[in-house]
Amino acid sequence: MLSLIASTISILAAAVTEGEGLKAIGAGLGYGLAAIGPGIGIGIVVGAAIDAMTRQPESAGTARTTMFLGIAFTEALALIGFVVFILLLP
Amino acid sequence: MNNQAIEHSTAPEREVATDIFRRGLIASPVLLALAIIFWGLSGLACAGIALGIILTNFLAGAWIIDWAVKISPQLLMSAVLGGFVLRMAIITGVVLPIRNQEWFEILPFGLILIFSHLGLLIWETRYVSATLKYPGLKPRVKRQMRKKSLD
Repeated sequence: MLSLIASTISILAAAVTEGEGLKAIGAGLGYGLAAIGPGIGIGIVVGAAIDAMTRQPESAGTARTTMFLGIAFTEALALIGFVVFILLLP
Repeated sequence: MNNQAIEHSTAPEREVATDIFRRGLIASPVLLALAIIFWGLSGLACAGIALGIILTNFLAGAWIIDWAVKISPQLLMSAVLGGFVLRMAIITGVVLPIRNQEWFEILPFGLILIFSHLGLLIWETRYVSATLKYPGLKPRVKRQMRKKSLD
């Protein structure tokens, strides 16, 4: 366990001194954080759509259309995060 | 849950995605022309890749939802979230190997990826909003009514 922590610290230290590695860590963290928000958003959108389809099966078509558009709009945030990730990568 | 009602309905997300794809094809010559004017042939290639990613992403998203709803609504949540992760992984897998190529320009790629995605969605949303508010405006309804009257 201690050796694992020591190796992680040495990797991080090397990344800090080199700069390039720090950029890569930042890019990876940024993309990961940018994907969390849309993930939560998509969960909320789909949950609400399933709720709507359960309550009113006759309006399932409308719920599905709105759900698809909601998912696509939420995904735009992840795509922005992806572009920033590509920009930051050394 | 009334699975039958959902099962027998049409696939609206597939219709929306096909519509977005069609609109994307209409808008693509303008976007590609802008890319070639400002960034040359490399810009054209990057814009083409970005457009391809966006349009395929829409179609894949719709296909995943359609497939999951047909099996069971309970599968929908996991399919959509899993599909989101899978599509992001595929996009990353497609772009990472080419990003260090000499011809790869990040600016046209990023701009077209983000703005075409949002632009096509806003364009489609305007149409969908109108058809949800005024269902009689749907071209398909008119066509079906005409067909019924002919029968």
